[in-house]
Amino acid sequence: MTAPTFTTPDETFVPPTVAALPQPAADGAVAQKQLVIINWSSEYDRMMPTLIMASTAAASGLRCSVFITFWGLLPFVKDQRRITGDNWMQKMLSAMQRPGIHHLKMSKMNFMGMGPWMIGQLSEKYNVSSPAELLEAAQMLGVEFIPCQMTMDMFGLKREDMIDGLGEPAGAATVIELMTQPNTASLFI
Amino acid sequence: MATQDIAATVDARNLSCPMPIVKTAQQMKSITSGQLVEVLATDPGSLKDFTAWTKSTGNALVEQTVENGVYHFIIRRA
Repeated sequence: MTAPTFTTPDETFVPPTVAALPQPAADGAVAQKQLVIINWSSEYDRMMPTLIMASTAAASGLRCSVFITFWGLLPFVKDQRRITGDNWMQKMLSAMQRPGIHHLKMSKMNFMGMGPWMIGQLSEKYNVSSPAELLEAAQMLGVEFIPCQMTMDMFGLKREDMIDGLGEPAGAATVIELMTQPNTASLFI
Repeated sequence: MATQDIAATVDARNLSCPMPIVKTAQQMKSITSGQLVEVLATDPGSLKDFTAWTKSTGNALVEQTVENGVYHFIIRRA
């Protein structure tokens, strides 16, 4: 199947895609398109859309911020930090929900760990990137991951527990402000 | 075929969404305005993806062809 091809352009050729872009407003400023993702979940099958949408948005020229909150903080803890927290409840939480991008569970059919293994096998066979690879790509493309300060406090997570390259911790007001900027799409995952 | 030389090639064969787009976006940073990048991909979804991506970014999809199951996209940086 051959798709239609454009003829070789000369200097006067204006690519149609540029003409289709929104024209600058009177004050000359065009609001950059933006994607805000509230990443509340930590499962493998939920981290995939977060990381794919974030990296694709950044690759498409959008500014992208991912607010990582509640369970959504756990994949961003360093893999080596097995147990986090100060009190017994916080430690138990990390014991039962293993932190780290390489230790994600499936939301369905986890089969005590067989599920993620099978998804890994399928990913290799069909050339699908792993969450770790997608996270690396997202960070390289400038996606900002903003930790929720409140959840960090509640779960007993410290700055040094978290991976490098995250944004400054913030709260709901920051996210609301981002989501209500012009040209912004938001997702809750 | 384009008269200008290809400044860089992105080999995204055997990579699936979103990696062809992600790798192309990364490569665009290392070329200057007006230069061309050639992308090789095998993911069928990349056909629509590159049309959408060039629309989003303002880069130009100069040419797209298929050869032996491999898609070739020539993109000019805006």
